[in-house]
Amino acid sequence: MTSSSMTNAPSTPAPAFPHRHLLGIEGLTPLQILHLLDKAEEEVHVSRQVEKKKNVLRGRTQINLFFEASTRTQSSFEIAGKRLGADVMNMSVASSSVKKGETLIDTAATLNAMRPDILVVRHHAAGAVHLLARKVSCSVINAGDGAHEHPTQALLDALTIRRHKGRIEGLTVAICGDIVHSRVARSNILLLNALGARVKLVGPSTLLPSGAARLGVETFTDMKKGLDGADIVMMLRLQRERMNGSFVPSVREYFHYWGLDQEKLAFAAPDALVMHPGPMNRGVEIDPEVADGPQSLIAEQVEMGVAVRMAVLETLAEHLPTV
Amino acid sequence: MSTHASTSRGPDAAPRPTVFARARIVDPARGLDAVGSVIVAEGRILAAGPEVLNQGSPEGWEVVDATDKVIVPGLVDMRVFLGEPGHEHRETFASASRAAAAGGVTTIVTMPDTDPVIDDPALVDFVLRRAREEAAVRVHPMAALTKGQKGAETSEFGLLSEAGAVAFTDARRSVAASLVMRRALTYARDFGALIVHHVEDPSLAGAGVATEGEFATRMGLPGIPREAETIMLERDMRLVALTGGRYHASQLSTAESVEILRAAKARGLDVTASVSINHLSLNELDIGTYRSFLKFSPPLRHEDDRQAMIEAVADGIVDVIVSGHDPQDVEMKRHPFAEAADGAVGLETSLAAALRLVHDGRLSWSRLVEAMALRPAERLGLDAGRLTPGAPADLAVIDPGMPWLLDRAKLLSRSKNTPFEDARFVGRVVRTLVGGRTVHALDA
Repeated sequence: MTSSSMTNAPSTPAPAFPHRHLLGIEGLTPLQILHLLDKAEEEVHVSRQVEKKKNVLRGRTQINLFFEASTRTQSSFEIAGKRLGADVMNMSVASSSVKKGETLIDTAATLNAMRPDILVVRHHAAGAVHLLARKVSCSVINAGDGAHEHPTQALLDALTIRRHKGRIEGLTVAICGDIVHSRVARSNILLLNALGARVKLVGPSTLLPSGAARLGVETFTDMKKGLDGADIVMMLRLQRERMNGSFVPSVREYFHYWGLDQEKLAFAAPDALVMHPGPMNRGVEIDPEVADGPQSLIAEQVEMGVAVRMAVLETLAEHLPTV
Repeated sequence: MSTHASTSRGPDAAPRPTVFARARIVDPARGLDAVGSVIVAEGRILAAGPEVLNQGSPEGWEVVDATDKVIVPGLVDMRVFLGEPGHEHRETFASASRAAAAGGVTTIVTMPDTDPVIDDPALVDFVLRRAREEAAVRVHPMAALTKGQKGAETSEFGLLSEAGAVAFTDARRSVAASLVMRRALTYARDFGALIVHHVEDPSLAGAGVATEGEFATRMGLPGIPREAETIMLERDMRLVALTGGRYHASQLSTAESVEILRAAKARGLDVTASVSINHLSLNELDIGTYRSFLKFSPPLRHEDDRQAMIEAVADGIVDVIVSGHDPQDVEMKRHPFAEAADGAVGLETSLAAALRLVHDGRLSWSRLVEAMALRPAERLGLDAGRLTPGAPADLAVIDPGMPWLLDRAKLLSRSKNTPFEDARFVGRVVRTLVGGRTVHALDA
């Protein structure tokens, strides 16, 4: 999936991260994932200093191209780019203006002509970022494409988990809620499987994807069984338009059976930690008491997000042409 | 109908009689698959068969040594989308007919979902007139099954048939309302009209763009369960039984659909079906990283389904192979997969792709010709699909062993959205005749 750069001369040693783009977790080896996580640890230190600025991206142009609004992901990439010294430009393209006739490829060609070094792309359709990556000459980072992948989210989740549990391998991770529409779930499944975690998906059958068993995960419709023994409970956001009868009959029924409250959290391991990619619907998929409670890592996930995105930007920048 | 091609030939004099000598002749209408000669004169087949060998030929006749070539009736493609009228930048009668001729297709049956929709006798007239003026191959239009293809009111089957519509279809759309379909089937019976239907329950298909299952899940693409097809097909079989109508499923694609069709035929219902060459040649994994040229409705299926469709064609349960030729320009295709238009061009490649099945021993030559020429002609009541003496001299001369590489840029169609880019094929049309006229000859 992730296209690798084939330009390295045979004499140079294989780089730790040989890809030009980060389009998904699919295609990354466990070592490449660990390389990014280790790099991100360094970036956490940088971000916690008073002087947060590095200059590895000085002179580079990073464009955040968001076809779908996302305040937190966009600002996270923006801060990450700026801390590395890049010139960051945000472009929010409402999907309506794209429908006026300009295809994604036209947009790509236009942007490419502005000679950016890195494009960070969020799009509402699966595969859109791959399509774009084929048409531009810079590095492309997938910041979420439809229900397909959101690799930096999975990396920041892994970083957060590893900092608390010391490892990923051997952990049991329950991913709960709207799996079928979730790119976060897909990227997390791929990453957690690659690093040797046991992944359980929990949710109503209408929100579990078809063919899930073939992805190397177990599925549960009952939170008690699904959370049993879980070291990590990862909650997903339920979109408002899916709440009223289309996928689940009502918010109150959904919360009753699948909302994470203290009672259901008690099914998990005693030291289980709670995560959520945000933005949360308190009272829909998660009880405020849990979201803001001692087992919650939700605020820390945001901090790790910046570190992971810095690590990805810096790693890809190593492959940018220097002449 | 058969006069259209002759009037489109231009002012030059009738070609001299031609003898294609020592070819393998495949004419399933007579159960013929033997080496012999074909004599074409005055636009018709004068003789074709082993008995014609070594009889010599009168002075002035063109004699073509067709040793190691295969001569088949010109193909009849009963699912072809054009851009004319309304979207001439995608395809015109002229460009489609050049593409058809290069692919050995001598009769194209056009879909009515143009702009405007072909739902009025005057529009059928328009199509036939444009075809006479522009097309090198024969063109027969299907007309809309419902007015404006809105799925609500049946169109004028009688008047449209008289104008020259050969069947009725809403092309890419399914008629969701069972009552409308029931009445259409019932009323069509009075005119002997054939109803051709796209079988996909739109409410079950929803916003899906790929076959539901592991592949769609991995790619994050909204899925369509196979049941969207089987439920609609099953419903239609019940309605055909209820009404006694004549029915053709325009594209089947799942193993279960084959069983439904088999059972309906066993009950004696007047039902037939096509499969597209795409669904016989490709499966969902070929979509790879979101290649929108491989986006179809119905979507590409699992390999098991593809195998079942090949079997069904081989044993005749699925009657017809269509190209589903659907020219789409870059504006419609260069989008993320879910937002790209469905469809691919196929007139130039359908025979070559089908020959892979012959080379692999999955289909006999006779069955191939039946599925791509004879059966569609019979089903639509066209004088085509056979090399019987007296039949119109519509034929294709094929070099079955010629290897070639599909170069997308060289496609004759105005649109280049082929799923077979850079495909290696073995077997190519070297010459195509329509009404005795050469409409395509491969440069040596």
